[in-house]
Amino acid sequence: MSGSLARTDRLRALALLSPAYLWLMAAVFLPLSAMAFFSFLSDVPFGGRDWQFTLDNYRAFLETPTYATLLWKSVKLGLIVTALSVLIGFPCAYVLAKVVRGRSREALFLLVILPFWSNSLVRIFSWAIVLRGNGILGSTVDAILPWDVRLNLMFSPTAIVIGLVHSYLPYVILTSYLALQAIDDSLIEAARSLGARRRTILRRLILPLAAPGIIAGAVLIFVPVVGSFMEPRILGGRRGTYYGTVIEDQFVAVFNWPLGAALSFILLAVVLGILALASPAIRRATL
Amino acid sequence: MAVVRTEGLVKTYGATRALDDITLTFPDGGFFGLLGPSGSGKTTLLRAIAGFVIPDSGRVFIDDAPVENVPVEAREIGMVFQNYALFPNMTVAGNVGFGLEVRKVPAAERKRRVAEVLDLVQLGELGDRKPHELSGGQRQRVAMARAIVTRPRVLLLDEPLSALDKSLRVEMQIELKRIQREVGITTIFVTHDQEEALTLSDQIGILRDGRLVRHGPPREVYDNPRDPFTAQFLGEANLFSGTPEPGGLRLADGTLIPGAPTATIAVRAEDLRITLDEPAAPIRLRARLRQRIFAGAMGTCVLDWRGNPLKAIGRDQDFAGLPAQGDVWLSWDSADMIPLSEG
Ligand SMILES: Nc1ncnc2c1ncn2[C@@H]1O[C@H](COP(=O)(O)OP(=O)(O)O)[C@@H](O)[C@H]1O
Ligand SMILES: [Mg+2]
Repeated sequence: MSGSLARTDRLRALALLSPAYLWLMAAVFLPLSAMAFFSFLSDVPFGGRDWQFTLDNYRAFLETPTYATLLWKSVKLGLIVTALSVLIGFPCAYVLAKVVRGRSREALFLLVILPFWSNSLVRIFSWAIVLRGNGILGSTVDAILPWDVRLNLMFSPTAIVIGLVHSYLPYVILTSYLALQAIDDSLIEAARSLGARRRTILRRLILPLAAPGIIAGAVLIFVPVVGSFMEPRILGGRRGTYYGTVIEDQFVAVFNWPLGAALSFILLAVVLGILALASPAIRRATL
Repeated sequence: MAVVRTEGLVKTYGATRALDDITLTFPDGGFFGLLGPSGSGKTTLLRAIAGFVIPDSGRVFIDDAPVENVPVEAREIGMVFQNYALFPNMTVAGNVGFGLEVRKVPAAERKRRVAEVLDLVQLGELGDRKPHELSGGQRQRVAMARAIVTRPRVLLLDEPLSALDKSLRVEMQIELKRIQREVGITTIFVTHDQEEALTLSDQIGILRDGRLVRHGPPREVYDNPRDPFTAQFLGEANLFSGTPEPGGLRLADGTLIPGAPTATIAVRAEDLRITLDEPAAPIRLRARLRQRIFAGAMGTCVLDWRGNPLKAIGRDQDFAGLPAQGDVWLSWDSADMIPLSEG
């Protein structure tokens, strides 16, 4: 009796889940497998070109040290942007969730979400206006400081980091905010009644309880930043060559889709490897 | 251990006076029950003593020292929250040891004291569990252990038993009393359950709309409630008002109550007698029986006297022979009349 019940339940679950799985198949696995297929070809399989199966694209990564150097540069960029976003975003989320109340919270929240809703190109080019020499930032600083300042951040790694942090900050603020919201104020009051001061409460209670949110935000930032190409290209100028821009070049400029695909899969593997290495620490933090 | 005293505490939220001139002494080592309907200011008073609520005016003293400049974390209080507020990221032992860890008590001593207090609340073996692995009663005990392990000067409990089901609540009442006796900490206990307050407290205080209506030992307040609110809130009392005459109290329907001491009197629900035939007793009234409620050993009769609801409580056999509804006679002994001041 109970066995047959469980069977119908399982069938029903399968029926209910199948649209989701079909969608996942169509949206994720099909394009991804197409790209995986491309990465083993010698040339794009359309436009009447000759192609055969080859491992050359992967071999190119190993034989050209520039790729690995650029990948390392991109990983470092990802780490810096993620770290900065967490350092800036978590305190913002804390203020939003635990300090401000009522109306002003909604207004501040809107300010946080705004970069999310603006077109990324608009966002990046507005930073270009602010950061370039004689730009808004340079002129302002020059006007405030009594001595002569020539501030030109444009086309520097700093510009890239600023642009990326601005784009991705909302992720960590949102995930941290949700995690902080879930912490009952009575927990903080209980800790205070037991004699704990602000810093102890932050270290022993708030950070551990918000850790899943912080980590989720960090992962959401790290992964796309390592592969980012738009911010490095526009804000970095000639110094903006990163792993992501090289991949983009293969698809857009050089029209070497197989190499671009292979480089993308290597990136995916490296990112997954980093997350796997970090996962014991992550698990410890979230327990 | 300490004496806690409040002096003219006032706290307003917009137009609400959550605390209205509360002056009260909580005796050293005593168990003080704060009782009142929902919204009467019990939590606010407790939180003002803890330091979470800053009063608009008035002061709180612990051992005769004013504490307005002492923040919560330095007041040396223990607090049990209504939802227990156990730290979900720590084990039971971690929760209980938190206050000691904050006070930098060495690890070995900390371990010993945590074990000691877990034994006191009879949770000796559960130190390694996480809060979500505990039952409601066990969580309550952990919250209690966590609050007393630091040997606070005052223990503040905000409806600590209200989340438990009835049988567990009665069991925990006995436990709470035992633990409080053993540690002897001055305890202030908030509840809206009059039975709980009467069972546990050495002293009770009754709040209404932010004002302290009455305070004193439970039996004294119960036996002599003095004002209509206390009489109705503590034990189900029926109120009768009229005009005093030389022969007694003349009620609105013309009935004379001989021997009534004041213009308003209370008669407890358990002291009302209901009969079908006119009784010989000198104090008697005609009333209408509306409903009989069976609740096991005891039953309740809901009556109506000239539009005023009345209540009578008795053993089920006392009400045998009564119809489900209809006109009946009410009577009571003159010794059962409680004099009340106007209120
Ligand atoms: N933080 C607050 N903001 C606004 N009103 C409050 C606040 N805290 C309490 N009150 C009001 O003060 C009154 C007393 O509340 P409370 O002390 O919680 O009552 P009780 O614990 O007796 O139910 C209520 O009318 C409540 O609405
Ligand atoms: Mg309350």
